[in-house]
Amino acid sequence: MSFPWLTVIGTLPLLGAVALTLMPRGGVLPKQLALGVSVGTLVLTAVMGLQYSPRGGMQFEEEHEWIGAFGAHYALGVDGIGLTLVVMTAILTPLVIAASWNDGDEGRWSVNAFFAWMLALEGLALGVFAATDVFLFYVLFEATLVPIYFLLGGFGGLQRSYAAVKFLVFSLVGGLLMLAAVVGLYVVSAQAGTPTYLLSELSEITAGIDESTGRWLFLGFFVAFAVKAPMWPVHTWLPDAAAAGTPGTSVLLVSVLDKIGTFGMIRFCLELFPEASQWASPVVMVLAVVSIIYGALLAIGQDDIRRLIAYTSVSHFGFIVLGIFALTSQSASGATLYMFNHGMSTAALFLVTGFLITRHGSARISDFGGVEKVAPVLAGILLVAGLSSLSLPGLAPFVSEFLVLAGTFSVSVTAAVVATLGIVLAALYILLMYQRTMTGPLRADNATITDLRAREVAALAPILGLIIAFGFYPQALLDVINPAVERTLEQVGVTDPSPDVPLEALSQDEEASQ
Amino acid sequence: MTEVLPADGVFGLSWLLVAVPAISAVVLLVGGRRTDRWGHLLGTAAPAFAFVLGVVLFVALLGRGEQERRVGQQLWTWFEVGGLRADFGLLLDPLSALFVLLITGVGSLIHVYSIGYMAHDARRRRFFGYLNLFIAAMLMLVLADNYLALFLGWEGVGLASYLLIGFWQHKNSAAVAAKKAFVVNRVGDMGMVLAIMLMFATFGSVTFEGVAAGIEDASGATQTALGLLLLLGACGKSAQVPLQSWLLDAMEGPTPVSALIHAATMVTAGVYLVVRSGFVYETTEVASTAVVLVGLVTLVVGAIIGCAKDDIKKVLAGSTMSQIGYMMLAAGLGPAGYAFAIFHLITHGFFKANLFLGAGSVMHSMHDDVDMRVYGGLSRLMPVTFVTFAMGYLAIIGFPGFAGFWSKDKVIEAAFADNIWIGIATILAAGVTAFYMTRLMLMTFLGDKRWKSDVHPHESPATMTIPLVVLAVASVLGGVLILGGWIGHFLEPSVGPEEHHDLPIPVLALTAIVTLTVAVGVFIAWRTYGTKEVPVTAPRGSVLTRAARADLYGDALNEAVLMRPGQWTTRWLVWFDNRGLDGGVNGLAALIGGTSGQVRRAQTGYVRSYALAMLGGALLVVVSLLAVTLA
Amino acid sequence: MDATPFLTLSALLFTIGAVGVLVRRNAIVVFMCVELMLNATNLALVTFARVHGQLDGQVAAFFVMVVAAAEVVVGLAIIVSIFRARRSISVDDASLLKY
Repeated sequence: MSFPWLTVIGTLPLLGAVALTLMPRGGVLPKQLALGVSVGTLVLTAVMGLQYSPRGGMQFEEEHEWIGAFGAHYALGVDGIGLTLVVMTAILTPLVIAASWNDGDEGRWSVNAFFAWMLALEGLALGVFAATDVFLFYVLFEATLVPIYFLLGGFGGLQRSYAAVKFLVFSLVGGLLMLAAVVGLYVVSAQAGTPTYLLSELSEITAGIDESTGRWLFLGFFVAFAVKAPMWPVHTWLPDAAAAGTPGTSVLLVSVLDKIGTFGMIRFCLELFPEASQWASPVVMVLAVVSIIYGALLAIGQDDIRRLIAYTSVSHFGFIVLGIFALTSQSASGATLYMFNHGMSTAALFLVTGFLITRHGSARISDFGGVEKVAPVLAGILLVAGLSSLSLPGLAPFVSEFLVLAGTFSVSVTAAVVATLGIVLAALYILLMYQRTMTGPLRADNATITDLRAREVAALAPILGLIIAFGFYPQALLDVINPAVERTLEQVGVTDPSPDVPLEALSQDEEASQ
Repeated sequence: MTEVLPADGVFGLSWLLVAVPAISAVVLLVGGRRTDRWGHLLGTAAPAFAFVLGVVLFVALLGRGEQERRVGQQLWTWFEVGGLRADFGLLLDPLSALFVLLITGVGSLIHVYSIGYMAHDARRRRFFGYLNLFIAAMLMLVLADNYLALFLGWEGVGLASYLLIGFWQHKNSAAVAAKKAFVVNRVGDMGMVLAIMLMFATFGSVTFEGVAAGIEDASGATQTALGLLLLLGACGKSAQVPLQSWLLDAMEGPTPVSALIHAATMVTAGVYLVVRSGFVYETTEVASTAVVLVGLVTLVVGAIIGCAKDDIKKVLAGSTMSQIGYMMLAAGLGPAGYAFAIFHLITHGFFKANLFLGAGSVMHSMHDDVDMRVYGGLSRLMPVTFVTFAMGYLAIIGFPGFAGFWSKDKVIEAAFADNIWIGIATILAAGVTAFYMTRLMLMTFLGDKRWKSDVHPHESPATMTIPLVVLAVASVLGGVLILGGWIGHFLEPSVGPEEHHDLPIPVLALTAIVTLTVAVGVFIAWRTYGTKEVPVTAPRGSVLTRAARADLYGDALNEAVLMRPGQWTTRWLVWFDNRGLDGGVNGLAALIGGTSGQVRRAQTGYVRSYALAMLGGALLVVVSLLAVTLA
Repeated sequence: MDATPFLTLSALLFTIGAVGVLVRRNAIVVFMCVELMLNATNLALVTFARVHGQLDGQVAAFFVMVVAAAEVVVGLAIIVSIFRARRSISVDDASLLKY
């Protein structure tokens, strides 16, 4: 039996959370412990990632029977898609903890609780991305709601209770539908022989189920993931949550937790219900395109910086979902890459604007003006983060966005053309925000805003470094993602449309004629 | 087109062209205040190095046989998924080599100029960082061997342009202009992105080679769509109608920026794109005609705007639009015009950079006042600026023997050969060019002084005048490139052999007509502005003048058609999201809450009423059971 | 054997008990009426046990008795403490536990 990498990586933050609740409240020690644990997790993840072989399929697998009567297992494993998200989570958490150093000091509960919930969230999220058993996935999926609920409700801004409850209710409604589908899967697998929730065995069973059952089960999963992602029209919880939470909470919520939705779509919707996925693809693509444009337009109309970023995420999640359901290798790989890149770029945006908001005590764009003059480093980082959000080539999100669009274009020109409008709108919402807050004459009440401190720059620099590095060499990630996506699409049974004028054929013709 | 050979020998250094300015930009921007003391020197050394390397590569290219003048260097794979692959691949061929020389040559001069021009700006080091970023991105643009890498440079120069237009961002107008430039360009970028996606869907390739190989076999609709989408991109970058509105506002940037980016290099990227994609336009009549029309409309619009402005930089900006219109038109004419488009592009790069830098020199001594109505009589006080500016002036109006004379004439000839009406329009526009440039000269350098008493015009320092002199020489001698048809011949490996068309009238007669038209334009300007006092406040002017001052209502149109409805939609959607969607959710929650609030009234607290309810319920069960069994 | 008289008696007792619970306000009386209903049920259970010749019904009756006894203990204790607190054992007065 090999070393249980995934269990160790997932459990370490959970143990850290328990340790935090047991140690004396307050002071700097809990913060250091939290940072240490999350860095340790990152190191372990890096060691594991180096052993990963891109073409090896599902790896680091562990499997133990859990509830025999249901066929539930404690089963973990990652392929390229899962590994990408595990790595993203492991990278972001220590940075978020470093950036949120003082954000937990004035909450409803102690600073220990703040960081304990963060670590708990990390551990559970890692588990979700690594789960290869539907039942385990469901349990962890619902369990992640708990830490976020307390992070929102305990350490947020004015409307934190409202936002926390709203988030919880939306997620629970989605989760309930998913529960129904999970129960349905049990029935399906029990009818086929011994009940099982193992993904590897289920996909063989669900390949043979009848059309309408498959579609209903698909819908159960899809709606839950759409709420989580969030897609139009079930996105309204996100702006409230993002506006109420601390910057760190928002990052964990939008960059990490919401990815569970899109991850679930590619892992469960596509792999378990290939027929239903193809059936639903046109409708989902329409919803995704609506999300892209709607989110972007709403972002333009916001005055609260955090709500603005939340709406940009609605738009970006539209791209990710579009990429997944266009069902081409370019778009699906692009969507997976986008999950990682969006995590980075949104984290940078939330954190840097969080620093700005903390300094001035207001999140309203109209309360700022000319900040660049007093805080050039902050402004520069905000600009780079913003440019990555508007997909400037040379920064990581561009490649993923282009892959999504190009893949979509080869199946639906209309969807791609409308979605491309999003890049114009993206320029508007980012640059309008930047212009109104950072440029122009310095407002008198903004003059006291100080530039970023070393700790804050140190928390942001790795993110920006990754954004730039993967802007020029995304292939490092794509090499990991591509084989996994190819296997998924093979399971769905789709192949990429071939070019109208295949150049290989042309050159062969020429050779023949010579 | 000839085959692309792998880079060997000195060509293996091509990547340094892009890398050196890029590294310099990173050092200057990340290094922060530590690099303040020597930042401008490093910033100038980087493009100078690139220029030297560019010359070496150019000479090496000339030393090879004609069939071996396209050299490719593959750096690394940017990304590859399924059949979609984009490389960081460089292509050094005659076309890109000329651009490299123009960009690094004019760029280096402008860097030197900026040392003096920005000497008193506390953020000078950052200015050089942005300029280096621009040089790197622009070189990436012209050296790329595929459309995606080109797009990287394309957006990179857009970013640099954004940063530099808004360099004095404490001014609201500069910040707004910068944002406008970026957003308008993004509209064009949409065309580019869609074109690249269409290429991928059609050919499975996004390299110049691949698209060129397959374009003949693509459907007519695809060919036309590709041509039009690329044209949309070109319109954005090159400020062609209908995406012209940003260029005039872009003059908010420091003058060296206007010279380098918004006159000599970046705005000509659209022309480069059209020439580079010539193989697309040769297959589609519709798209190439559209290019000609866009060029024609813009050259007229730009010239008209140039006539009415009193802001010296805006006159030059209108002129830039107009001159790029000439290039675009020539590029749209196909193989007959490519070489002339590039020729005019290069000479324009020389004389327009010269003119802008001259204007900057004037502004420098006039406390950054740009209103020509308060200039006048500067020729004696700023002799070097005056003489160099005059060289640029003679070049742009097409004074016989100067650079612009040769290049503009060639464009007009090509237009004439294609269609007599287009030819006539280009000749008339040449006359208008002569008018507004003469007007500018007269109002700025000649006549009586009109400036206020607290302004003390003086000649600029040597760092500023030396580049002016170099550019002035280039403006005079730029025409040598056409000697013996050299440029057309040189570009052949890139754009294919030149086509010659017969003119309806002899070439010399046409040249005479053009020169005569120019003379008429100069004369009218002299009658209007040279013989009479120039009023310090602008007269109301005719309908046309007022329209031209308002940029022919381009902004008003954008505002009415796009901005207002857009704002309205956004506002409505915000309302809808809050009240409609979220209101629906919250309404549902309130409905459930309200209903339970009513229903709980049944819980009176009276034990006996509960008992009655229980009894009633039990009876109901019994009765229904009976009903079922008896039925 | 003919069960009708026993069942009729049971029904009668139950009805009296039910009406008592509904119309009387005195908590003690209500309580006694509840007991009456329980015993009416017991009678029915025992009757049916006899009719079917099985012990199930009798066992159930014992259950009911035990539960009733426990209930009396708790119930009377509540009534006494209510009376101590409010000087009244009217069930209508004790209506605080409501919406």
